[in-house]
Amino acid sequence: MVSESYPFYKEMEEKRSVLTGSHFISGNEAFAEGAIAAGCRFFGGYPITPSSEIAEHMSRRLPEVNGIFLQMEDELGSIAAVLGASWGGLKSMTATSGPGFSLMQENIGLGIITETPCVIANVQRGGPSTGLPTLVGQGDVMQARWGSHGPYETIAISPNSPQECFDMAIKAFNLAETYRLPVIVLMDESVGHMTEKVIIPPKEKIKTVYRKKPRVPPEKFLPYKPDKDLVPPMPTAGDGYYIHVTGLTHDERGYPVIDAETQERLIQRLIDKIKVNAHKIIDYETYRIKDADTIVVSYGISSRPSLGAVKKARKLGLKIGFIRLKTIWPFPEDFFRKISENVKHFFVVEINNGQIVREVERCTAKHSETHFIGKLGGTVHTPEEILDKIMEVVG
Amino acid sequence: MTQRLAISHPYDKFLRTDRMPHIWCPGCGLGAILSAYIRALQIANIEPRNAVMVSGIGCAGRAAGYVKLDSFHTTHGRAIPFAIGLKVANPSLNITVFSGDGDLFAIGGNHIIHAARRNVDMTVICVNNFNYGMTGGQLGPTTPLDAYSTTSPYGNVEHPFNLPDVCASAGAVYVARWTSLHVRRLTESIAEALQKKGFSFIEVLSPCPTAFGRRNKFREGIDMMRYFKEHTIIRNGTHPKDVDIKLGEDIIIGKFLDIEAKETLCETLSRVREKAARRLKYA
Repeated sequence: MVSESYPFYKEMEEKRSVLTGSHFISGNEAFAEGAIAAGCRFFGGYPITPSSEIAEHMSRRLPEVNGIFLQMEDELGSIAAVLGASWGGLKSMTATSGPGFSLMQENIGLGIITETPCVIANVQRGGPSTGLPTLVGQGDVMQARWGSHGPYETIAISPNSPQECFDMAIKAFNLAETYRLPVIVLMDESVGHMTEKVIIPPKEKIKTVYRKKPRVPPEKFLPYKPDKDLVPPMPTAGDGYYIHVTGLTHDERGYPVIDAETQERLIQRLIDKIKVNAHKIIDYETYRIKDADTIVVSYGISSRPSLGAVKKARKLGLKIGFIRLKTIWPFPEDFFRKISENVKHFFVVEINNGQIVREVERCTAKHSETHFIGKLGGTVHTPEEILDKIMEVVG
Repeated sequence: MTQRLAISHPYDKFLRTDRMPHIWCPGCGLGAILSAYIRALQIANIEPRNAVMVSGIGCAGRAAGYVKLDSFHTTHGRAIPFAIGLKVANPSLNITVFSGDGDLFAIGGNHIIHAARRNVDMTVICVNNFNYGMTGGQLGPTTPLDAYSTTSPYGNVEHPFNLPDVCASAGAVYVARWTSLHVRRLTESIAEALQKKGFSFIEVLSPCPTAFGRRNKFREGIDMMRYFKEHTIIRNGTHPKDVDIKLGEDIIIGKFLDIEAKETLCETLSRVREKAARRLKYA
């Protein structure tokens, strides 16, 4: 993809893109390895705790796979360069944390409206503002959903271990390339910095996706005319398609048209392309929910003590189950509506003042009561404190 | 019955004619400057499919929407980092950032100095109309001291940037200033910049009768053009620190800097790949 591709670069890229084997690495390093295995060849970022190890690892590894690492002057520049590199044909990403994620919001919107595939890893820390740079938080869940202005749908996923950081990096790129949008990976300081065993599979076992390319000649091509899956094919700059790409509301030619009708048509499609494909995007994990009248819901690092608490509660005889959200956005609304019919209590565990709990309550209020077990950041729940809260209500 | 006066124009193939008429006001210099860019592409013999225009937001930012090239109309201030990503992803592209003074030096000011420092191989054409035209004529980082704008009704309290000096001191290898009156010299200069390896910067002074001019004794576009004609002095090679603009006084224009290029970003990046290959014994 990069023009100065000497044969030895190709060979090096081939050999160094997937480091198959068993590794003992941090979540941040695992994410970087997953990104490279997924085909990421551009990283543009700005150092910020607790995500910097992703940038550091990429700066060492990307040149080995004929990729490009750039440290930009700020997060505004980072996300802009990521979008530009994506239109240059490279799978592209950045990594940041709360303050940087805030700065990126405007261009995340540009990525949404111009349908630019890319991945943003947000290794969450305690906020607001500079907050707790070195300590854990999960306060950016709603920002991931609504952080840029205007109506839109988005995809966010959340790993809870270094192994999953590797796996979800690949998943994030595949989703970004399939649905053509910035995909957000909501990591957190604990998952980013914890070190565990990570198995990197053989290259042929890793499924990667690259965006659809135009199938018609330039004179017949409409850059924003979608296929049946509501996603339009995407040319690369220099392909001879002479595309115009704008953050203004645009028609199928990509030309700005400033009226309500064009807005309705474009934005509704951008929303629908996520909504109608939601069943293919959404992923969650369950534990003993079949007979459960009480269910604990969590994600990211909080899911680990939550599952511990549920297992303890089962031993105490409670009919209790557990749901771990792997996909945060789109939220699995239908699934929660359906299971809530047989559930009396939902407990939502997260390190913020109540974000995903709102979604759970919205979808289950008809049949169930929802309880919130929060923390404002800086530390992870213990299984005991989660269990205590559960026992206060249902014990 | 309406009659079509012109059926085609030599530049039509470089323009999205189905988007005409453009949105620029009568008396604005942007049309002439865009024509100069298109002519320069031909002089420099740049293959249209390799030419890319990236713009930010504002009147000048709309240029990307009119050229029949791969063209990107990005967010306010972010044209340059977007263009950097594009350039390193595909170094064979000839990228021009075409945008305004407010976009490039106020909201995007951080990016232009760092792009110059990195010596990214690209051309930046900055159309300086001394104010924010599209939003109705507010002051910007180039608005002269004491000039009137919708946010400086008593006169501007701030000193403006000297754009060529900012870029030269940040590391640009080619720096020039022209006006929308000096079409021939501007065209030649853009053609030179497009072929120059490294970060090239061209400031183009342009009338904005609708927003800036009428508040500052340049009621019509022609008044500013007359000022450009009578008060510009072409002095190539002038040190960029000596080209401050004081409205109403003489303005120095010309090619101020054209130095032997230091390594560009794409060259240093390719050196890094080579080092990695050597370390891993692939080279």
